[in-house]
Amino acid sequence: MLQHIFALIVKEFLALLKDKRSRFVIIGPPIVQLVVFGYAATYDLNRVPFAIYDEDNTVLSQRLTERFSGSTTFELVGRIDHDAGIAPMIDGKRALMVLHIGPRFSDRLASGDSAPVQVIVDGRNSNTALLALNYVRDVLLAFTADWAAEQQRPPPPAKLEMRAWFNGNLVSQWFIVPGIIGLLTLVVSLLVTALSVAREREEGTFDQLLVTPLRPVEILIGKSVPGLIIGLLESTLIVLLTVYWFEVPLRGHIGALYLGLFLFLLANIGIGLMISSMAVTQQQGLLGAFLFLVPAVILSGFATPIANMPELVQQLTLINPMRYFLVIVRGVFLEDAGMDLLADQYWPMAVIALCSLAAAGWLFRRRMY
Amino acid sequence: MNAAQRSRRRLTGMVRKESLQILRDPSSIAIAFVLPIVMLLLFGYGVSLDARDVRIGFVIESPDGDSAELRAAFDESEYFEALVFHAIQPAEQALRHHDIDGIVWLRSDFSHRLHAGLGATVGVIVNGVDANQARITEGYILGAWQTWLNHYAERRGLPEPFPIALEQRVWFNPAVRSRDFLVPGLVAVIMTLIGALLTALVVAREWERGTMEALLVTPIHIRELLLGKLIPYFVLGMGGMLLTVAMARWQFDVPLRGSFAVLLAASALFMLVALAMGLLISIVARNQFVAGQVAIIVTFLPAFILSGFIFDIHSMPWAIQQITWLIPARYFVSILQTVFLAGNVWSVILPNAAALALMGALLLALVRRKAGKRLE
Repeated sequence: MLQHIFALIVKEFLALLKDKRSRFVIIGPPIVQLVVFGYAATYDLNRVPFAIYDEDNTVLSQRLTERFSGSTTFELVGRIDHDAGIAPMIDGKRALMVLHIGPRFSDRLASGDSAPVQVIVDGRNSNTALLALNYVRDVLLAFTADWAAEQQRPPPPAKLEMRAWFNGNLVSQWFIVPGIIGLLTLVVSLLVTALSVAREREEGTFDQLLVTPLRPVEILIGKSVPGLIIGLLESTLIVLLTVYWFEVPLRGHIGALYLGLFLFLLANIGIGLMISSMAVTQQQGLLGAFLFLVPAVILSGFATPIANMPELVQQLTLINPMRYFLVIVRGVFLEDAGMDLLADQYWPMAVIALCSLAAAGWLFRRRMY
Repeated sequence: MNAAQRSRRRLTGMVRKESLQILRDPSSIAIAFVLPIVMLLLFGYGVSLDARDVRIGFVIESPDGDSAELRAAFDESEYFEALVFHAIQPAEQALRHHDIDGIVWLRSDFSHRLHAGLGATVGVIVNGVDANQARITEGYILGAWQTWLNHYAERRGLPEPFPIALEQRVWFNPAVRSRDFLVPGLVAVIMTLIGALLTALVVAREWERGTMEALLVTPIHIRELLLGKLIPYFVLGMGGMLLTVAMARWQFDVPLRGSFAVLLAASALFMLVALAMGLLISIVARNQFVAGQVAIIVTFLPAFILSGFIFDIHSMPWAIQQITWLIPARYFVSILQTVFLAGNVWSVILPNAAALALMGALLLALVRRKAGKRLE
């Protein structure tokens, strides 16, 4: 019996890897994508182009401007000298932000009145706008504090001391790159499984497989193992790149990560095989894979938090294995989370894996055309 | 009958055949109309960057009037959901278990130091794993804290703690609703998928059923054959596009400040590019298995991550920014966000539309060449 399964596994590997293009598609893109996406997917602001509209034109207002142009977050791209100059700057995306210092800025500051500074931000990407405003506030606070100290004014009666746990400098790469491990693992395991049964059905070889002494369970094992092995090897490579190339700290235990990875792969393979055995043609298989992959990625918490979703959509994400794996991979990498803390993430994936694999095995025989 | 007329007749015949095929097989109609609606509904509501109800653990070691005042400033803000702790350890435990997103810590000597003018320190800890949300949370906390401190100073006749009054104006989206910029972007991502799916299905089907050979022995030219396939699917795709745009406008209340005609023209250009891309994949890959794999890899993830739909292209490293020039969705996202939120800004629309047109022409030329080779 073991021999039969082994023979089937070998055959599956050959089917996947004998075609040069298919081999390349499975191995090449994930690695390229990790590197490209790892750098591309960031929420951190860099060189935000801004223009200055300084009506005060004093030493103080120039010092304020330098606070901005001197930081790596902002980049001075132009100066404006009248109100009408603001709109063309922002509309045409030449600047993301205009810093408008009013005419009596330094006078008012010196006399203790409130000195107005206006910031106009392009809200076409509201997240970028929000972050830019946060940075502006930080710069202004620091500027005010330094100025008050120079003038020997009393500091405010209270101050805020902010710290971030697990990611002290709030580097969004540390959040995104472990997420990409989940993303690419999902894509690879679907690529390997979602078309495999459909292709055999289309070519008629699946019927031949069904009339061999192999039982559906054995066929299921034979179809799953290659996906599992390829998935594990590729995700190991991706994990290595995450640690050594992107230098994301791996603080937790590798065992906790691999237990998650194993269950995640099983769940994906189960879903992939289920889609595949429901499909009559490869096109249907492809469609099914898309229909699962796209929501699974977008509603996983990879880019936007699940907590921000409406209740109904949040409920829907409970059947998405990726949502659990993302908590595990980020937990193990950044938070040093152990298996006890992650238990609530492991078992739902195990349940999804069990159900989908059982459904796939059942569909093997029921769906005959 | 001259050559041009004959060509036109062959083309109409081809278009008619494809259209009938589409009408008789509901699957492509479902892909073009049902799929975009379902996806936009699901994602339009599901994808949001607006942090609401951020769960803050208030550690108040000795409750008194001052700590109550500070808490009240947080309660006023719509962003927070406050939980009260009386020691730091249980709050840290809660943060570790993801029961709260951040901690505001008032030590037992807070009131004393505040009134004695010794400078009271309020400790803030946020969970930094999701760096973006952590930054937004920090911003909210800072805002609430400034409100409180201003009130405090005002009531006691102290000098203004923040002499620079920041007046912020967010143009095009004053409420800073992330949905307003994410939904137009989603239209681009979803239509990239639909375009690729529609055409990845067609050519392969023709080969599979052996009807491609039958077509080849007719006097039809490759150009007419390809056009005959493109036109019906273009009409279908544009139908789906209009549905999603209408949903963005009326279902999700994204303001449409530019003109509809510009939107339509840009959509048509983009649809052409998306269809040509799908056609190219299905011609080059030669077998459906590989075509399917390639379609999954080159359409969805790049459109999702490299188009500027959610991650700002300007923040990417230089080399990655260069790669994004190859992603058609990038141009469309830029046009959509501008036409929806800002209006007809020609300095943004024209270069992006030109890039789409160029890309479409290049892809179609490639399709034409590859198809020619293949049919020999």
